[in-house]
Amino acid sequence: MHELAVCQSLLRAVERAALSHGATAVSAITVAIGPLSGVEAPLLERAFTVARSGTLAARAALEIQAAPIVVWCSSCGVQTPAAANALLCGRCGTWQVDLRSGDELLLMRVELAADADPAAAAC
Amino acid sequence: MCEHCGCAATAEIVRLTDHTSTISATAASDRSIEIVTAILDENDHQAAHNRAHLRDHGILAVNLMSSPGSGKTSLLEATIDAAAGRFRIAVIEGDLETENDARRIRAKGVPAIQITTGQTCHLDARMVHDALHALELETIDLLLIENVGNLVCPASFDLGQHANVTLLSVTEGDDKPAKYPTMFRAADLVLLSKIDLLDVLDDFSTQRAEAHVRALANAAEVMPISARRPQTLGPWIDWLERELAASRTGAAPPRRRAGARRQASG
Repeated sequence: MHELAVCQSLLRAVERAALSHGATAVSAITVAIGPLSGVEAPLLERAFTVARSGTLAARAALEIQAAPIVVWCSSCGVQTPAAANALLCGRCGTWQVDLRSGDELLLMRVELAADADPAAAAC
Repeated sequence: MCEHCGCAATAEIVRLTDHTSTISATAASDRSIEIVTAILDENDHQAAHNRAHLRDHGILAVNLMSSPGSGKTSLLEATIDAAAGRFRIAVIEGDLETENDARRIRAKGVPAIQITTGQTCHLDARMVHDALHALELETIDLLLIENVGNLVCPASFDLGQHANVTLLSVTEGDDKPAKYPTMFRAADLVLLSKIDLLDVLDDFSTQRAEAHVRALANAAEVMPISARRPQTLGPWIDWLERELAASRTGAAPPRRRAGARRQASG
């Protein structure tokens, strides 16, 4: 279970972004997670509720966008969806494909709280 | 000078580890920051620092990953014997507890740093960085990093290695790559270990194991070895020698490292 370490890294990145914009609180965080990232979204959510305490994101919501697995086959010139353990071209079946989506572990967006006072932003 | 540790970092390393330069935020509105950055950005930058530091010393770093008990430490012992006189080895050992593995390596006359991670299920770039400072880098050609035995978590953390080697022991079943795709997709080389046991196992097929690796869109070589059969280790030692030569001439192929991802979709 390494989601807590991932979450702590996420929160540090969020705090850097918020501070660089002069904000003292964050209301929402959006991340993109792919099935091949090695991170489980439900575990990340649970870790987030623990790890956010004492940070600028103590009252922030976490939105997780699930990234689909998509591969590109250069012979067929097409992108097709694929399964995590069958990264094969959906048309010709070759394994010689490039992953175009599915391993994301990205911070996408940070919403800064309207009120800098965390107590006032409780509801 | 590196501000984190005081090591002799070049300007290039300092640029790589300058976190603020990696956040290119543009305000979509005054309350929302559109930002696309790796969640493990800090670890990735520490790993880049490690890699540059190792490259400056002409060291090839290999990250060994597998289940617990697949024979990583036995392979290291056999590798030290088989590579004697060909290159100088140092080892970083990762375990939750005990110095046992580092003791086994030191008994072979090779420097070994034990990282005990406590409850942490993987090594990260900071742990490896601290271990590097305990090694005499001028005396090393090959750094073998034995990650914590775990087929899940280590796949997400770049350590600064040049190549990932994943072991699959024949007692585990040939469908392990299908069950743990993230780990085996990150492998630059898959070693099928304990092949001396194949005679008594009728349910492991090396062909099926290789097919499962290919189904992860991974062209990594799949190499059968046994630490108990030194005559099987030749191709592995040759692979290490080729990788070392390639890393020193800058001819190393681009790697899909553990923890390394595309930065955005599309």
